[in-house]
Amino acid sequence: MKYTEEHEWLLQDGDVVVVGITEHAAEQLGDIVFVELPEVGAEVSRDDEIVVIESVKAASDILAPLDGEIVEINEALTDNPGLVNEDAQGDGWFFKIRPSDLSPMEDYMDEAAYKDFIG
Amino acid sequence: MTQSLRTPLYDLHVELGAKMVPFAGYDMPVQFAGIMAEHKHTRARAGLFDVSHMGQVVLSGASMQAIATAFETLVPMDVAGLGEGRQRYGLFLNESGGILDDLMFANRGDHLFVVVNAACKGADIARMKAALEPDVAVTPVADRALLALQGPMAESVLSGLNAQAAQMRFMDFRTLDLDGVECWVSRSGYTGEDGYEISLPAAAAETLARRLLAHDDVQPIGLGARDSLRLEAGLCLYGHDIDETVLPAEAGLGWAIQKVRRAGGAREGGFPGAGPVLAQIAEGPARRRVGLRPGGRAPMREGVELFAAATGGDPVGRITSGGFGPTVGGPVAMGYLPVGLAAPGTEVFGELRGKRLPITVSALPFVAAGFKR
Repeated sequence: MKYTEEHEWLLQDGDVVVVGITEHAAEQLGDIVFVELPEVGAEVSRDDEIVVIESVKAASDILAPLDGEIVEINEALTDNPGLVNEDAQGDGWFFKIRPSDLSPMEDYMDEAAYKDFIG
Repeated sequence: MTQSLRTPLYDLHVELGAKMVPFAGYDMPVQFAGIMAEHKHTRARAGLFDVSHMGQVVLSGASMQAIATAFETLVPMDVAGLGEGRQRYGLFLNESGGILDDLMFANRGDHLFVVVNAACKGADIARMKAALEPDVAVTPVADRALLALQGPMAESVLSGLNAQAAQMRFMDFRTLDLDGVECWVSRSGYTGEDGYEISLPAAAAETLARRLLAHDDVQPIGLGARDSLRLEAGLCLYGHDIDETVLPAEAGLGWAIQKVRRAGGAREGGFPGAGPVLAQIAEGPARRRVGLRPGGRAPMREGVELFAAATGGDPVGRITSGGFGPTVGGPVAMGYLPVGLAAPGTEVFGELRGKRLPITVSALPFVAAGFKR
């Protein structure tokens, strides 16, 4: 698993990458009450704001970590956004992206580096 | 940079694992277990809030009548008619009738006890001193903490410390001995639930807070849940839902101005802004504060502009507070709309991230009040 400075986790599964936010991020955001996901089939570019998360406290944007096509979204979050708090790095995943180029994955932190990053 | 002030319960908050944030010059707990859990606990059982940052002020003078007569020159409320041991909601207004702050005041027999918002307390105290002294002494009560115990179990919890607590009705105000400490207790609060506000010596605050928190039904509650609770209860947050640009009637606070101070009343007017305030009550306002239920799941927060139609047109109003209502189970908001669009059931639109989403105007409160009247 790889991690971004925006507190996303990326898990490669063949030519697709699953993306969510880390447990640390979910805890910082507090109770999540709404998640707006991109559309399946959308072509996105790195750093596009493609997910909106609303917690009881505030709204936050999630950026696309890679260029590519959204191939699947986690529909369960629409009715149960609290899944992100319950299982941020499992059932609370956001979307799957098929990157046009997988090599930028190497730019991102591994678990040890992310742990250092969040202190 | 100014050092944040701390309430007498600061150390206890930190010990209980609160997330502390700066608020109105104080380091205050925004959450303990989590806003959603704290909110639901308060509605189901009882929550303990530290509201010691709010301003407590004693107004004293030659007689209660003299104090009341003087205070009526500052607020549009019936002060003289407020019975001993009773509390009332009040407003400070400017000369245009705009709301400078909202407050609570209680007749304590030989003095008035006033509680004002933390962010406004300096200005409020200066305003009261300028208007009332020297005949009425304005004394900030700096050495007392203020706790709120709110929720359906508040009565059983507090009457465990003093049985008299159960005899109080909504807006009663008494001095109660709680655990050997002289507490000034009102049966009121700002969550829409039954409950109490307890003023007590700062030095005794932590001990009483721990005693209350030791009860199975009581959990500590932060400012985050305080905000979602008051929003669901349809209560105004000063600086957001009401401010200097808003008159009482359009804010839906006309009820707070008793008949005796209105046109034709025995003590009509005689307060700042009386002309425009009474005219707006008589003629009806052009806009009104309303409850709003966004149609989807996305919260709509302060600043979201409101439109009459799904496309085109200028904004007709704005959301003044909004968020997720944990008890409602969906987004709730308040804002201002022209009276023609203010009837419950009316559909309007809020613009969120460039999209206009439907909103239904809703009656307030969103959650029925649990007051013991």
